[in-house]
Amino acid sequence: MTDAVVRIENVSFKYDGQSDFALNNVSLHINDGEWLAIVGHNGSGKSTMAKLLNGLQTPSEGSIQICGIELTEETVWDTRKQIGMVFQNPDNQFVGSTVQDDVAFGLENNGVPREEMVQRVKTSLEKVKMDKFLDQEPHHLSGGQKQRVAIAGVLALRPKIILLDEATSMLDPRGREEVLQTIRELKESNQMTVVSITHDLEEAAKADRIIVMNKGQLYREGTPEEIFQMDEELVELGLDIPFPVKMSKLLKSKGIPINKHYLTEEELVAQLWTSHSNK
Amino acid sequence: MMEKMIIGRYIPVESPLHRMDPRAKLMIVFLFVCIVFLANNAITYGILAVYTFLMVFASKVPFRYIMGGLKIVFWLILFTMILHLFLTKEGDILFQWGWFTVYEGGLRQGIFISMRFFLLILMTSLLTLTTTPIEITDGLEELLGPLKKFKFPVHELALMMSISLRFIPTLMDETDKIMKAQTARGVDFSGGTIKERINSIIPLLIPLFISSFKRAEELAVAMEARGYRGGEGRTKYRLLQWSLLDTGMLILLALVTLLLAVFRM
Amino acid sequence: MDISLQQVEYRYQVNSPFEHLALEDVSIDIPSGTYLAIIGHTGSGKSTILQHLNAILKPTKGKVIIGDQEVTNAKKQKNLKSIRKKVGIVFQFPEHQLFEETVEKDICFGPMNFGVSESEAKRRAREAILQVGLSEEILAKSPFDLSGGQMRRVAIAGVLAMEPDVIVLDEPTAGLDPRGRKEIMDMFYRLHKDRNLSTILVTHSMEDAALYADQIVVMHQGKVFKKGSPREIFQSPVGLMELGLDVPEVVRFQNKLEDTFHVKFSKTCVTLEELTEEIHRLFKKVGELT
Repeated sequence: MTDAVVRIENVSFKYDGQSDFALNNVSLHINDGEWLAIVGHNGSGKSTMAKLLNGLQTPSEGSIQICGIELTEETVWDTRKQIGMVFQNPDNQFVGSTVQDDVAFGLENNGVPREEMVQRVKTSLEKVKMDKFLDQEPHHLSGGQKQRVAIAGVLALRPKIILLDEATSMLDPRGREEVLQTIRELKESNQMTVVSITHDLEEAAKADRIIVMNKGQLYREGTPEEIFQMDEELVELGLDIPFPVKMSKLLKSKGIPINKHYLTEEELVAQLWTSHSNK
Repeated sequence: MMEKMIIGRYIPVESPLHRMDPRAKLMIVFLFVCIVFLANNAITYGILAVYTFLMVFASKVPFRYIMGGLKIVFWLILFTMILHLFLTKEGDILFQWGWFTVYEGGLRQGIFISMRFFLLILMTSLLTLTTTPIEITDGLEELLGPLKKFKFPVHELALMMSISLRFIPTLMDETDKIMKAQTARGVDFSGGTIKERINSIIPLLIPLFISSFKRAEELAVAMEARGYRGGEGRTKYRLLQWSLLDTGMLILLALVTLLLAVFRM
Repeated sequence: MDISLQQVEYRYQVNSPFEHLALEDVSIDIPSGTYLAIIGHTGSGKSTILQHLNAILKPTKGKVIIGDQEVTNAKKQKNLKSIRKKVGIVFQFPEHQLFEETVEKDICFGPMNFGVSESEAKRRAREAILQVGLSEEILAKSPFDLSGGQMRRVAIAGVLAMEPDVIVLDEPTAGLDPRGRKEIMDMFYRLHKDRNLSTILVTHSMEDAALYADQIVVMHQGKVFKKGSPREIFQSPVGLMELGLDVPEVVRFQNKLEDTFHVKFSKTCVTLEELTEEIHRLFKKVGELT
């Protein structure tokens, strides 16, 4: 077991004027270097989790520790340095007037000297493949490009953890793919801890571990494989089943020899091929 | 529907004006606004016009495009002109038509004032056409820097300005979208009586306000998440560079000022 | 009501440095009662077509025929409102158009603009709110006290209450979770069938296009790249993939199977059930299944 970079212990949270808990006694650890997907339908409490992790809201009960620091009003600015956030709406997080200004914004806030800033802006934009767009203005960029710039803005600050709060939900398929590809590459080359909050199961399928949220509670946790065996239960939770699983199920019900629900199309094709040629 | 407006728009082309330091451009525009009032006869207005058109030429922004974008302003200019024709009663009577009399002085005043107005608009438009909003903001922040000593919130103002400017195109798009959506629901934005027109503004303005508030809120959250907590301890990424071109341009304007001083009555 | 686009060209911002050609020589026929899906990348011209369908934009060349009315660039037209009454558009993120104090007023706004009496509009509002899966109590609430998903449904109800003959949908499920997506799409499909509407769906989702549409138009760089039934469109997925467009998962999976098994199925399957049928047949041939 690797060290936990985030420890959430018995956290509950209620929005002002609401009778129900948005989060109800949630405990979870996020491990160093893992990709964790937090899934759930809209209103399941997953976005509240993001707000708590970033100190935008404080839990009514329980505690949050980030990289060994207890998250309090005094430490919030230190913990924010450890968690970079990418939000849902590509437009509403683009502060700078051009791509490079936007990436530099966080660095400016942290008082990084100019020479170093120039360097960091350059390298982080290279990592998200937006280095050709230095002087581009936001309204000339696609949603996917804006989100990549937002990721570069996070990378420039070199946090331990990057938290994507439904970062792909407003994008077209191409933009979504761009962003997911970027995250995959980062994950491989940088050893970052990735937390993605999403209702897109395709995105979640790429993660190391999935947490399913429902009604403010941690409903289930497991590897994608384990989670997708939940099957109809996922649909009841307002989520979807990935295509290969749906296909496996249907084939099985037709009596075609398949011993489990496959997570990828390749595995399923291979299985079909084996059982087909064996008989 | 709002495509033609050019006030506040930046046109990305390569030109000497684009290359200039925003501080120099701001100083020039400011000075220009002052010296416009020195002009008081045909020669001095001529000099100003020549200078302005020289600048337009140096900006490499198509002149026809600028004119197209200033259409709304032309109505204002025309209005000032007519006002002067009516109200200024100086000099000889040029012609009389019923109770309507045009004096030579009125015509002259009318032409001069409209010209002054027009040149001012043109020069200020040139500033925004050739300078990105962020450059303008940087320039202002630098020029106003000394005021920080007097607790004047220079950084905050500059940031506010740069963010508002950054969101102008976004809000324009948004306006356009909402207008289209309400048009599809039967609102007529282009015609109708004054009362109908005012009524049609509400379904446009309210959604626009609401979405702007939402944006502002999300933006504030995003800024905070990226460690923004005021101007203190911040470093600056943008570097302004003063070049020979800037000095040259200022000297040119000084010469123009001198000419104006010489030729004014 | 039939709609027909004939050699439509559209240029944005004519005579400015930003001028660009958004549509070129686009001809599409949408006979009454069709469910048409328009697919393509962002910037392929999909949204521009959509705005031609109720004369929000007029073609810079060519013409659009909506029912018995013709929209061209040439003349100033008066009866656009009668077109808009018959063609309802649900724009992307339609919740952004809400503005009234109560949900009921907001839903009545459209119909009343088109001359429907207040009592009739209220009746329609009640009907529409149920259609979109919300309860009548919501009518008295402020639209801004609702959740995002509810706001979306209210905005849709506002278009439905206009009782259009043609309904145009621009990514109506963007940003919704899987359940919300399915509910909304199923609802539009029911309406399409029950009221015999023409439905035009602009979407990125190949799954939705394959599942619901009778006809698909693929747009690419302002031109019609391909049109036909879902089966025709997805029969040769290579062309689509070269444009960087997805094909439905079912089609993709069928291709993988065909490659591995070196067989060709009798048809391009567009639903899971069809494909299961085909696979079943494949196994039956070998004889281990009955």
